[in-house]
Amino acid sequence: MFTSVENASNLPMVQLQIEGETVSVPVGYTVAAALLAQGHRRTRQSPVDGGPRAPYCMMGVCYECLVEIDGQRNQQACMREVSQGMQIRLQCADEGEGAA
Amino acid sequence: MTYDLIIVGAGPAGMAAAAQAAERGLSILVLDEQPRPGGQIYRNIETTSSRLRDLLGPDYQAGDALVSAFRNSRLEYLEQAVVWQLNAAGEVCFSRRGHSYQAQGKHILLATGAQERPFPVKGWQLPGVMTAGAAQILLKSPGLACDDAVFVGSGPLLYLIVWQYLQAGKTVKALIDTTPRRHYFTGLGKLPAARHGIGYLWKGLNMIRAIRQAGIPFISGVEAVEIEGEQSCSGVRWQRNGQWQALPTSQVFLHQGVVPNVNLAMASGCEHHWSPLQACWQPVTDEWGQSNLERVSLAGDGMGIGGAKAAALRGQLAALQIACRQQRLDNAERDRQAAPLRQWLDKELAFRPFLDTLYRPADRFRAPEDGATLVCRCESVTRQAVADAAAAGCMGPNQLKSFSRCGMGPCQGRQCGLTVSELMAQLQQQPPEATGYYRLRAPVKPVQLAELASLSPWPAQS
Repeated sequence: MFTSVENASNLPMVQLQIEGETVSVPVGYTVAAALLAQGHRRTRQSPVDGGPRAPYCMMGVCYECLVEIDGQRNQQACMREVSQGMQIRLQCADEGEGAA
Repeated sequence: MTYDLIIVGAGPAGMAAAAQAAERGLSILVLDEQPRPGGQIYRNIETTSSRLRDLLGPDYQAGDALVSAFRNSRLEYLEQAVVWQLNAAGEVCFSRRGHSYQAQGKHILLATGAQERPFPVKGWQLPGVMTAGAAQILLKSPGLACDDAVFVGSGPLLYLIVWQYLQAGKTVKALIDTTPRRHYFTGLGKLPAARHGIGYLWKGLNMIRAIRQAGIPFISGVEAVEIEGEQSCSGVRWQRNGQWQALPTSQVFLHQGVVPNVNLAMASGCEHHWSPLQACWQPVTDEWGQSNLERVSLAGDGMGIGGAKAAALRGQLAALQIACRQQRLDNAERDRQAAPLRQWLDKELAFRPFLDTLYRPADRFRAPEDGATLVCRCESVTRQAVADAAAAGCMGPNQLKSFSRCGMGPCQGRQCGLTVSELMAQLQQQPPEATGYYRLRAPVKPVQLAELASLSPWPAQS
């Protein structure tokens, strides 16, 4: 489980929705960092073998962190910073069960 | 308008080149994917807290001067601009906030940096397995880390992130070191020539000593690694002296060095060759970073791994030559300016052969032996499938796409290309140079059709 090494209570926050659930995330987090900090282990299912996948490289290389952001599918979660009201959906066939 | 210089990437090479070129009066456009300058090495350096800066250490803080020189230079900098095409005529296409644009440059400098070398082991696609670079990125921004992770692999970056985790007060379950034992002897032979880098050696040894003193299990001489788990990582297994051992863990960080990020350079027609020492593809350039294309140069780790300081120096050298070709300074002045930079660069690079020899991953970590191991993560192509294709007469990486879809997923071969080059070369019993690499084409990043359709000139005409 990823936790902040900083005093997170001091940081300005935004509210966004992950799988319809509203969560508060510090400003400056990437979507991938937000998903990890919220305890989401699996963030995607491989469209080829159906296997569970999650952010791997965090720098835009591997495309494993693809999620749906504000209705657009296949967005790189590691390359987008969170914003107020953002709607994030995990690209899993059995969506909603991505949290560990 | 036509820019004198378009720079792709705002890491150390791109920033240093931009500052140098701005000093010579060139009109400059800098395009970078990230929200802030710094590249991966100095990621978020303008906004990190003092606590984070302290625990990341002095090598990270060394980026301050570069970023402030960049910020104080007269240039146009577009953050979150994703370049997906460039051509020999100096036309650069990029996407930004849902729109795409085309800019024209007299010269293009590619400073697209490095990526981590693929580490194809069984189970590496499972949630809970990330690169060590990812651990460091999460620590730099936004300051996330986890307890009880196992770090696997070899190389300076691996020891650095473990050391940084210790500074952050995180517990580390184990460090599983895959550096081949015999490399400590072959590496020694490169040390005399590397004497200028003795500071690096000292730093590295101190880091390893601190890790050992912290009581972290340091398992060296590991010959094979597998990740265990069904829905996510539940443990790691390794082989040492022929014996298998296992450790339960929900988080593994893998690392076995970095390699040039070649996609944009290759797709735009820059010639590359195989580097046997660094076991990767490198662009062919002259001493100024000039590629085979008249309008395209390269600088930084994207032209061959040399580290952050070498990257900045190569950026400055490339900028001097570009300015010289545009008559902003004559050859004599260029050479006078370049001489001290080259001297420093030679010292920086003197240490590389030692590192490249010591930390060259064992053959089986670059070309997996286990048939079930995924080579291409995007298309779930196993080592066995590649071997089957080769046995059926598949000629190389490009034909392998038709056989298996290997390399045809969203990452466009970034996570499998090197493995495929080396594995197919091994199966065909020929050098990687003969096997070759994927033929890369624009767009080098997936682009929405609507973005493509919106293509308009940059800067926007008023």
